[in-house]
Amino acid sequence: MTDIAAGRLPPAQIAANFADAHPPLTPHEAVVEASRCYYCYDAPCMEACPTGIDIPSFIKKIGTGNLRGSALTIFEQNILGGSCARVCPTEILCERACVRMAEEERPVRIGALQRRATDWLMEHDPAPFQRGPATGKHIAVVGAGPAGLACAHRLALHGHEVTIFEGRPKSGGLNEYGIAAYKLADDFAQREVAFVLSVGGIHIEHDKQLGRDFDLATLQRRFDAVFLAIGLSGVRALELEGESFAGVRNAVDFIAELRQSGNKANLPVGRSVVVIGGGNTAIDAATQARRLGAEDVTIVYRRGPGDMSATADEQDWAQTNGVRIRHWATPHRLLGRDGQVTGIEFMRTQPGANGRAVPAGDTFTLETDMVLKAVGQVFIADPLKSDGSLALAVEDGRIAVDADRRTSLPGVFAGGDCVAGLDLTVAAVQDGKVAALAIHRQLMG
Amino acid sequence: MADLRTNFAGIRSPNPFWLASAPPTDKEYNVVRAFEAGWGGVVWKTLGEDPPIVNVSSRYGAVSWGGQRIAGFNNIELITDRPLQVNLDEIRRVKRNWPDRAVVVSIMVPCTEDAWKKILPHVEDTGCDGIELNFGCPHGMSERNMGAAVGQVPEYVQMVAAWCKHYSKMPVIVKLTPNITDILKPARAALAGGADAVSLINTVMSITAVDLDLMAPEPTVDGQGSHGGYCGPAVKPIALRMVGDIARDTEMRGLPISGIGGISGWRDAAEFIALGAGTVQVCTAAMHYGFRIVDDMIDGLSNWMDSKGYATIADFQGRAVKNYVHWSDLNLNFKTIAKIDQDLCIKCGLCHIACEDTSHQSIAALRVDGKRRYEVIEEECVGCNLCAHVCPVESCITMQPQPAAKPKLVWGNHPNNPMYVPEAAE
Ligand SMILES: Cc1cc2nc3c(=O)[nH]c(=O)nc-3n(C[C@H](O)[C@H](O)[C@H](O)COP(=O)(O)OP(=O)(O)OC[C@H]3O[C@@H](n4cnc5c(N)ncnc54)[C@H](O)[C@@H]3O)c2cc1C
Ligand SMILES: Cc1cc2nc3c(=O)[nH]c(=O)nc-3n(C[C@H](O)[C@H](O)[C@H](O)COP(=O)(O)O)c2cc1C
Ligand code: SF4
Ligand code: SF4
Ligand code: SF4
Repeated sequence: MTDIAAGRLPPAQIAANFADAHPPLTPHEAVVEASRCYYCYDAPCMEACPTGIDIPSFIKKIGTGNLRGSALTIFEQNILGGSCARVCPTEILCERACVRMAEEERPVRIGALQRRATDWLMEHDPAPFQRGPATGKHIAVVGAGPAGLACAHRLALHGHEVTIFEGRPKSGGLNEYGIAAYKLADDFAQREVAFVLSVGGIHIEHDKQLGRDFDLATLQRRFDAVFLAIGLSGVRALELEGESFAGVRNAVDFIAELRQSGNKANLPVGRSVVVIGGGNTAIDAATQARRLGAEDVTIVYRRGPGDMSATADEQDWAQTNGVRIRHWATPHRLLGRDGQVTGIEFMRTQPGANGRAVPAGDTFTLETDMVLKAVGQVFIADPLKSDGSLALAVEDGRIAVDADRRTSLPGVFAGGDCVAGLDLTVAAVQDGKVAALAIHRQLMG
Repeated sequence: MADLRTNFAGIRSPNPFWLASAPPTDKEYNVVRAFEAGWGGVVWKTLGEDPPIVNVSSRYGAVSWGGQRIAGFNNIELITDRPLQVNLDEIRRVKRNWPDRAVVVSIMVPCTEDAWKKILPHVEDTGCDGIELNFGCPHGMSERNMGAAVGQVPEYVQMVAAWCKHYSKMPVIVKLTPNITDILKPARAALAGGADAVSLINTVMSITAVDLDLMAPEPTVDGQGSHGGYCGPAVKPIALRMVGDIARDTEMRGLPISGIGGISGWRDAAEFIALGAGTVQVCTAAMHYGFRIVDDMIDGLSNWMDSKGYATIADFQGRAVKNYVHWSDLNLNFKTIAKIDQDLCIKCGLCHIACEDTSHQSIAALRVDGKRRYEVIEEECVGCNLCAHVCPVESCITMQPQPAAKPKLVWGNHPNNPMYVPEAAE
């Protein structure tokens, strides 16, 4: 009998499970941690931060008690420094490069320190930036996710006027709809949006979708420049028999619903859940299913642990949360009864030529109440069409851009997940910033 | 955004942060890098007579403390080891290219009128903003009757300062050595000689460590060592005290003071300024981390000033001086008592053992339901602060000033004072 139900845990337990998983450093802890930083010259951590934050400087300023200066050092390069402090996989970015790794395999906790400084300023001065003197230029940004917000903020600093068109009812992109709830807890995503907008000169129109309510050609005509930051709106399917059974869901939809629900105790989850995939999304879906009260959660990935795009730390995190990770198996068929999923038949795989998974011959079946598919998000180009045709170059499934995030169309720029590169919040912020600077140079000659 | 501009004895700089006369200001290359980083001024590495002195190899010693490098730093270097003309040419060029920054030239020549008379016009001719007389170098130069050998004799200080005022029009800053019992003596002598300002401290005579294999003081030069000049964070308290002494001295009221010694960040600088300094000078911190540290000094000072509502340096300069009093002016009826925040306490027992063994047995070590608990015995606590300093947890032990039970009472009026004579009743 399939078992999908809400309220598997007491409400208080569920609330605790979705609160901040990594609470902030106390002021004293932050000073002690800051004192571990050597204040390196030409610091490797800084080079490893996609937004190039001056890490030694901001940490030094925490040590001297100059928290305002510290936070401004961060925001100067990364206006979403608050969410990045919480969501960046620092173990593959700044902290991996920290010289303390080479010395003792224990990096300075850069992310936690970044949170200390940014939280302090956001609490003490909710509007530290001011729009530059008006230039008379008006730029359209499509998408109010990290890339769009970062671009808009930088443009506003330079005095431009910005209108953001956002397809959803809320701003923030995946910060609002995608990131694991315990990473960006409470209403941080919305507070950060307000912080970004406090600069002035940015206007957001919600429920306005490119491709449905207006087209790219119109934006090009009406605005001095356009920045596309529409992320990845498609989800890859398993393309297997039984995929339409009830209980089979896209992991991103499950996560979005979870993030949006006011009372998570009302959210149904299977007693047993199988998540298919090997990335961030799989980890987050599985962990959150466990924290909602699923008894038995298994991630199944077609290759080995080192091949997963989820970092080793994230895999550990899922396992610490009681998620089982099975490697070297790929789903073959979904089993169901009365339109409801009851299990999955997997084919075992083995390493083949150049690391690819090839069928090993035998199969096994996992019984389950719920299947979450996390086999990748994809870019959908349709909204960019004007009069049914796509004028803009797409390469390897993403919008093609140069180093300035310029697309093949004059005056149209793009960044974030909808272009090639790391699919991370911090990379999206950098794209937005770089594009804004290029737009500024182009418009102001 | 606070205004950090300073006018120190007529020498203007965009901020109070100067580099002290030392290796960071040794030549044009360093000084230009310092100005590019934002330093408000420099005191050029001390010039002397040709032929230049010769330095040893192996020059610096340091004290690490609890894993932190350079809590204290010492050196056995001398003044500039480059020819006079090379320095003069560079100083002229730097001042011309950086007109808004303070360029002060440090000088040390033998204690004869001729020697000073000879060098001063050359220095003045560079267009520099002023001179600093190095009466402080505690090693190498004093053996040649220069540096501290002069600074320790107030009459010499006055005499040389007077020569400098006589043979030049430049503002004269006298740099004082801390290697003296009463700092007021040479400071007053400087003033009497006509000096426009004093700066302090130079380095403190020291041996940082003994190499127990070589059986020689560090830093060792071919198996031997000499005493050197101590500086860095460890000397800040010594410097603050001396700056405060001069600032509160009525005879020297208004004499500009450039504070030096262990300044590593904006907070140290703010403390020196609060105790009366008009500018601050930095050496060791720059030698530890490079010139970029000035970024946080400027930014941190200005953010702190904004948060306190101080618009200019003058708004808080010297504000702590009136509260720097003699012990005999302190209120003997003031009482403060330790308080332990039981929620923060991690039960390490350090407060108890410190108080029990070495103070007033005022922290009880208890077991309540088998659990450790440390409690202040308020009647016994004399308010010495020891436990608050010892406790490893920030803000766990705080000292609570008690409501004033009696009016202020100073030692002069205390019945235990043998010199106290109660006023006869009318
Ligand atoms: C489940 C999940 C977990 C993740 N966890 C992490 C993590 O822990 N750390 C990390 O660094 N990264 C994480 N990421 C990746 C990160 O969220 C993205 O890289 C980042 O959000 C990309 O920003 P963006 O602005 O390009 O796109 P998005 O955040 O996707 O924002 C795009 C915005 O455009 C809007 N939009 C789309 N199409 C249209 C249209 N046609 N018209 C108008 N508006 C439109 C969308 O509604 C959305 O608001 C995660 C991603 C997922 C899916
Ligand atoms: C290596 C070294 C060389 C120094 N040389 C001089 C000098 O030539 N003239 C001088 O007046 N002071 C000299 N000093 C003293 C410094 O200018 C300064 O007074 C002292 O270091 C205290 O400041 P600090 O704690 O910031 O280092 C020297 C200090 C060091 C460390
Ligand atoms: S690499 Fe590590 S120690 Fe060096 S500056 Fe960066 S955080 Fe500090
Ligand atoms: S700091 Fe430079 S000059 Fe000094 S010992 Fe090291 S390498 Fe040599
Ligand atoms: S020293 Fe501080 S933490 Fe330790 S027992 Fe005393 S009060 Fe508690």
